[in-house]
Amino acid sequence: MNEDKQNYKRYAEGRAKKSPLLKDCIAAFLSGGAICAGAEGLKTLYSSLGMDKTDAGTMVSCTLIFLTALLTGLGIFDRIAKHAGAGTLVPITGFANAVSSCAVDAKTEGFILGVGAKIFTIAGPVIVYGISAGVVYGVIYWCAAYV
Amino acid sequence: MNPQAFKPQKRVFIIGQASVVGQQERMGPIGDAFDISEKDDFGMDTWEKAEAEMQRLALGCAMSKAGLREGDIDCMLAGDLINQCISSNFGLLDYNIPYLGLYGACSTCAEGMLLGSLLCGGGTGVTRCAAVTSSHYCSAERQFRFPLEYGGQRTPTAQWTVTGSGAFLLSSIPEDAFRNTGAFIPEIVECMPGCAVDRGISDVNNMGAAMAPSAVNTLKRYFESGHSPEEFDWIVTGDLGSEGSAILIDLMHAEGYNIQRNHRDCGKIIYNSEATDKHAGGSGCGCSAVVMAANILTNIMKGTVRDILFLGTGALMNPMSLNQKQSIPGIAHLVKITAAEKSEIEVGQ
Repeated sequence: MNEDKQNYKRYAEGRAKKSPLLKDCIAAFLSGGAICAGAEGLKTLYSSLGMDKTDAGTMVSCTLIFLTALLTGLGIFDRIAKHAGAGTLVPITGFANAVSSCAVDAKTEGFILGVGAKIFTIAGPVIVYGISAGVVYGVIYWCAAYV
Repeated sequence: MNPQAFKPQKRVFIIGQASVVGQQERMGPIGDAFDISEKDDFGMDTWEKAEAEMQRLALGCAMSKAGLREGDIDCMLAGDLINQCISSNFGLLDYNIPYLGLYGACSTCAEGMLLGSLLCGGGTGVTRCAAVTSSHYCSAERQFRFPLEYGGQRTPTAQWTVTGSGAFLLSSIPEDAFRNTGAFIPEIVECMPGCAVDRGISDVNNMGAAMAPSAVNTLKRYFESGHSPEEFDWIVTGDLGSEGSAILIDLMHAEGYNIQRNHRDCGKIIYNSEATDKHAGGSGCGCSAVVMAANILTNIMKGTVRDILFLGTGALMNPMSLNQKQSIPGIAHLVKITAAEKSEIEVGQ
């Protein structure tokens, strides 16, 4: 990139209004914290119904995924996420929304080439690199245990 | 480079125009001025069909306002943002009019007017042209950014794609000027195609900064051909938004031209950005098209303004080029429109 482009880029980036970082952080902290506190409440509820710790944890994840998909389908989730930001993105709700929003969006292109092909457009990289990292970690773990 | 602007050989008038918009635009500051506004789906089952329907409605409305039928129009020039311009292809399918598809990104409105005026005014045998364009927030968002229901945050410099379509009928037949009911008739007297300019911006959420240098390039070339900013009541840019507009004024000032007084931007006019969370303003082909049709041209027709420069601004990229780390070139096509008095139009020339 020549000097003229670099100068202009610096000028444009310098004058562009930045996102309100502190406000966004506080909103993310409060909303993300509220989601996690709610999830803890659900875990206590499921445990009190006789589930063991692992089952209760799985049920909490399933409940959050279900609620996110429902709110995404109803067109409510993105309105909450606009204010919550990382608060809804970081917990499992962000992943559930990334998958379900793609599915809703691709519906008009059919169930095979639309929903089936495009459902992981956003979540795909997380799955690919998540599983890849898991494999690498597994190999390291195996080597450490047996060598 | 030839700094001269192109001039149609014959006088070319805008004899009819129409604007079709969605709900967000209807609620904006100039909402009452649009010809047609409906729910954003326009009764269709996909957003792409909704956008096509807007173009069909816009051209139909412009033709009925000018009292013309499809057989009266020699050629239509149309384009949009969706891959291979399907909104224009399908939306205008019902009209049995020769069709030339255009792609100028958000500058398509100006590109259509520019080419239409040269075709009509060039002694080619073409006398009446239609220039049509559209954009839809939902179809553009799906193609260029994220799914509609995806929960994310926008940066302060991001712009909002306008749901709207504008159609303009151009004619070089002097009698046709009287089909326009305004006190004055908008006349395209000069035009200057833009050069693609890439100043290295790659932030898709700062399109104003990507497009402003192209507007500077075209304006500077035009002024160097023997004009000055003071000659014009308004210098109207298509969709630079608040960020791009500020950069344009700044860069023009550095070039020695003061356009602060008469600069207007369609992206800033269409929404009440602060109240409705539209950040830096409107964008998209429909942005300049509907604001030109409903606001700028009506001001010319009323005689509130006499001479304007219209610069349709566009960002020439797609999601693939962005992923491949290419920066975003901008383009700005210039059309000079003046208010012609009915009394000085020579019928039968």
